[in-house]
Amino acid sequence: MSTAVQDGDAQARRTADAVARRSYGKLVAFLAARTRDVAGAEDALSEAFASALAEWPVKGCPANPEAWLLTVARRKLIDRARHRRTTELAAPELQRLAEQLDLAAEKEVIPDQRLALLFACAHPAMEAGIRAPLMLQVVLGLDAGMIASAFLMSPATMGQRLVRAKNKIRQAGIPFRVPEREELPARLDSVLDAIYAAYAEGWADPAGADAARRELAGEALFLGRIVTELMPDEPEALGLLALMLHAEARRPARRSARGDYVPLAEQDTALWDLATIDAAEALLLRAGAQQRLGRFQLEAALQSAHVHRRLTGNANWVDVLTLYDALLALSGSPVVGINRALALAEVEGAGAALAVLDGLATDPRLTQYQPYWAARAEFLRRTGDRAGARQAYDVAIGLERDAAVRRYLQRQQASLLDG
Amino acid sequence: MQYMLLIYTNENGWSQLTPEQQKQGMAGYMAYTEALRKAGALVHSDRLRGTDVSTTVTVADGKTQVLNGPYVDTKEQLGGYFLIEAPDLDAAIAWAARCPGASHGTVEVRPTWGM
Repeated sequence: MSTAVQDGDAQARRTADAVARRSYGKLVAFLAARTRDVAGAEDALSEAFASALAEWPVKGCPANPEAWLLTVARRKLIDRARHRRTTELAAPELQRLAEQLDLAAEKEVIPDQRLALLFACAHPAMEAGIRAPLMLQVVLGLDAGMIASAFLMSPATMGQRLVRAKNKIRQAGIPFRVPEREELPARLDSVLDAIYAAYAEGWADPAGADAARRELAGEALFLGRIVTELMPDEPEALGLLALMLHAEARRPARRSARGDYVPLAEQDTALWDLATIDAAEALLLRAGAQQRLGRFQLEAALQSAHVHRRLTGNANWVDVLTLYDALLALSGSPVVGINRALALAEVEGAGAALAVLDGLATDPRLTQYQPYWAARAEFLRRTGDRAGARQAYDVAIGLERDAAVRRYLQRQQASLLDG
Repeated sequence: MQYMLLIYTNENGWSQLTPEQQKQGMAGYMAYTEALRKAGALVHSDRLRGTDVSTTVTVADGKTQVLNGPYVDTKEQLGGYFLIEAPDLDAAIAWAARCPGASHGTVEVRPTWGM
């Protein structure tokens, strides 16, 4: 193979990768919007990408690669629709599809319907657990194997569930549409929840040792950016992006050089990415200007307060507690209740915080939740109940999945003997 | 697209209503049916008689088995249906939510094959 052809190959692949990254979801959304056949659109698009990798090295990359891919994918889609139009697609529908696709190819401007696609993926008729994986696949083009390993599931199972979800969109007629004003807040919440679920899965591998999960955090940020670009005035979308950026900014400080867990209070702030923190703060300000408070804005504001405390040394626990009060009132989540208790311990002392935890203990979900036991151990230690603290640490250690956090809890437990 | 709205309710509930309440209940369904018809969304609808007059038939190994009663004994029973025309699932869900059955029971929304 000559160098020129090799260069052509590399160039074609780079262009195709860039278009896939930038435009995959846009192309799928556009191809599937009318028929709601997401799987069909994906198949046609992947055939188009394959043609591109064969043709571009020889003929050179087209001036508008997106339009080129859309034209080829559209041809494949219509060919296939013709084959089975007796059962699935009526002739007039096929005609309209062809006309619409022609129009887009002529104008060389592809309308961005990714938002509608995101709303379809997070539709209330879709099973909640599949919404995030589905978005990652159809909007970003991630393959089922990568999504499966990020969500700790077998690739075969994940593949089947994704196929079922796409079938549901097509057969149940789930619309590709941004919801009307009155239903928008609730529907947007489920889109944002799914994005945050993807981010949280990626966050669960703090050392970034598992490539699939580390990338997942980046992909979730990408989805968060799409939503804020397409809905620039939705404060909760801005709040979610701010929350994720705050977490990303501190990622390098979450583990010591030896791989040990470092709690926020002990993190080396020199390792924080201040530019990313600034970006998060700017987003939070923009969200606040809309004067519509929500869960993600409050969570981002809490991250902001924690960062300021560490950077300025100013103990802002009263503010933190106020934010947790608001978040608890909004979500009623026992997990928020535990974090609120940790702030309360700084304001009113460990005794008051322990009483709050006792109140939460009636929730059966908490008996298997590590942070509940770690918080309990900490409060018992501060109130002088060493034996109780020791037992609570045992439970916390036994429930933890992450070895680094387990070692940290074991060190905390061992330090009971020193004091 | 066509969707079948299947109404599941406790069929014994009806007989416990006062005649006045029954009249109101019927009127609610009539109004709903009329709204569907005016919107051009109604394909067909009917109310099913009780499962006490239901009969179940299976044919296995050439033998026909006929049993008295419904296919599955459940707390709530299929009591009626509306076959409707709707552009998408959201529109079908909106109609299902307006159905009186959604308030005193559960409405299942099923797309049909349209064969």
